[in-house]
Amino acid sequence: MKLIFLYSLRNILRRKLTTILTALGMSLVIFVFSAVLMLAEGLKKTLVKTGSYDNVVVTRKSAGSEVQSGIEKEQVSIIETIPEIATDSNGKKYIARELVVLIGLPKLGTNKLSNVVIRGIKENSMYLRDKVKLIKGSMPKWGSNEVIVGSRIAEKFEGVQIGKTLKFAQREWVVVGVFDAGTTGFSSEIWADVEQLKQAFRRPNYSSVIFKLTNLADFEQVKQRLETDPRLTVEVRREVKYYEDQSTMMAKFIKVMGMSMTIVFSIGAILGAMITMYSAIAQRSSEIGTLRALGFQKSTILIAFLVESLFLSLAGGIFGLFLASFLQFYTISTMNWQTFSELAFSFTLTPSIIIQSLLFSIIMGISGGMIPAYKASKEHIVDALRTA
Amino acid sequence: MRSFLTVLSVSVAVLSYCLLNTIINAWYAGVSASSSYRLIVRNAISLVFSLPISYKERIKQVKGVTHVAQGNWFGGIYIEEKNFFANFAVEPETFLKLYPEFILSDVEKKEFLKDRKGCIVGRKLTERFGWKVGDRIVLKGTIFPGNWEFVIKGVYRGKDRTVDESQFLFHWEYLNETLKKTNPRRADQAGYFIVGISNPEDAAEVSKEIDELFKNSIAETLTETEKAFQLSFVTMTEAIVIAIKLVSYVVIAIIIVVVANTMAMSVRERKSEYATMKAFGFASAAISFIIICESVLISLIGGILGVIFTFPAVDFVGDILSVYFPIFVLDEVVIYKSIGFSILSGFLSGLLPSFEAVKVNIAEGLRWSG
Repeated sequence: MKLIFLYSLRNILRRKLTTILTALGMSLVIFVFSAVLMLAEGLKKTLVKTGSYDNVVVTRKSAGSEVQSGIEKEQVSIIETIPEIATDSNGKKYIARELVVLIGLPKLGTNKLSNVVIRGIKENSMYLRDKVKLIKGSMPKWGSNEVIVGSRIAEKFEGVQIGKTLKFAQREWVVVGVFDAGTTGFSSEIWADVEQLKQAFRRPNYSSVIFKLTNLADFEQVKQRLETDPRLTVEVRREVKYYEDQSTMMAKFIKVMGMSMTIVFSIGAILGAMITMYSAIAQRSSEIGTLRALGFQKSTILIAFLVESLFLSLAGGIFGLFLASFLQFYTISTMNWQTFSELAFSFTLTPSIIIQSLLFSIIMGISGGMIPAYKASKEHIVDALRTA
Repeated sequence: MRSFLTVLSVSVAVLSYCLLNTIINAWYAGVSASSSYRLIVRNAISLVFSLPISYKERIKQVKGVTHVAQGNWFGGIYIEEKNFFANFAVEPETFLKLYPEFILSDVEKKEFLKDRKGCIVGRKLTERFGWKVGDRIVLKGTIFPGNWEFVIKGVYRGKDRTVDESQFLFHWEYLNETLKKTNPRRADQAGYFIVGISNPEDAAEVSKEIDELFKNSIAETLTETEKAFQLSFVTMTEAIVIAIKLVSYVVIAIIIVVVANTMAMSVRERKSEYATMKAFGFASAAISFIIICESVLISLIGGILGVIFTFPAVDFVGDILSVYFPIFVLDEVVIYKSIGFSILSGFLSGLLPSFEAVKVNIAEGLRWSG
């Protein structure tokens, strides 16, 4: 058995150009395959991570996102009275009323406007988002026109550095700090005092109310009560669920597009492997005859050639993954259709993607090598020996 | 056998190249369908902010403006979210004047204009949901809460294939009257104005004049040509377009690799033939020429085959992706490009093996037995 493996391996090493080209074809397919999975994973991770499981988001009923939502002051006050909301040691409730609007800001280097989320916050908003940390400058003074920007915005947009002023809603806003929220969606936002934003944009309503529960198990009960309260027309979701809902359309799009592309590509690569294996077998007819004459089984020869094609595809797969892993350093910033706003996310490589890609390359190797290998094992000893 | 497989894989690659480019075109569909006779006026802050309807009369006064129609992105959902389609509240009479490419029979047009709860829908939408004229449709509002009832008064068709036939249009007045009752603060607000101009060359001046009108007011405006407006949507999702473009170049790389592989193998097998030719006195250039011709021929046949496969494939994929791309049409330019690329890649992939063949030492090559 060991001999057969070595035989396959040596054959691959013998024909360098062909081997490299075939494996390269495979690796390109695996590259695209894993890149698509990584992108979908990165998007999901970004949006799911944005929410925390013990936070609850209240928006207006049937408003898909906070931007479309509006909750009146009176309604907010009603929500604030529910007893299940967590409190800190001073008895202060973990609840925040927020306003979310979009403004157009020029992207760095292009001068083209992109929609950026501006979130109106209060002190509580920071406590509710424990992933958000100020990394430069200071927090905005409450009641002033000061804003802090997310790290991804600070990198990708013009005029948002500390000390610069943004002009919107007939006011000037001074950037006083940069906050980082890791790979979450908050990193693609700008935060300011909610009351100031409300005045500037002349919005009497809040967009959403976010609060933390003392007891996680109370969620269903709270949801039930708020959604059936005749004074309110709201939808209650866990923050995790809220952000997951916002990624569905884009994630599905990436998957549908990417997968159909990979399938088409893989057909091409399988054909490539077939070509290589066919010619490998044609060239080695006499060798196969010799092997058979020496007493090697048909099945052994079948395996030998399958192994050869597997080596090729695995080498391609590993190389493709190797290339794809560099994508992790790359961040994509684009508009999420569902929220209509800018969102930055990175390619994310997970063990399951590695396994899937390698499995996929194995499948390509087997389906490309099967027919030629079968043909090789079928050859008559005498005929094979005669072809020189 | 090998040539057949190569041709097949080239055709698969060309097929995917064409599909990818069709997708990119679909992305720009809104841009290419826009008319230079139309400007879009919107709130300078961003699209989610509206403009007072009183602006309409003032915009009309601007020199060079022929028509003004207000519109709102309604964002209604039909039964469930996955049934997404674009729905707008527009001022119907002027809108239809501004968009002559939306073709509606005179009877349907009259019926639509008469009924405030009436709506017109694109042909593709009626096919998707099995609607017909006279049907009652209920949309759930995401931006404007509540359930909104409409009656289909007409089915519009596009003048040509670049017109989006999957929109849902209804009376702006219906939206506004309802808002006056339920949410007066949001009434009398237009999401945007569509402005018809008499001379496309004046677009820049007219835009500037409109924006000047509302400078330093509560709602400053941003006026741009319809093309620029549509393009701004594309640029927002540019990262994805770039990714698709990159992938389509990867496809070309795959073609080159596959064909090069085939040629490398044929060259190996025919080393002795080339040696013989050399022995007869054929110049190296002639031998490379033969090899390159062969590889160009293989990839060209593959390319043509791929283009033939593309037509049914575009229809098929267009159906699947119709939610994302209402317009999914194969462009001639893409076909020419893909044929061009297959010739080019045939040439490139013949190059490397041909060097090898040329290098063949006559004596050694003659001894070579494959």
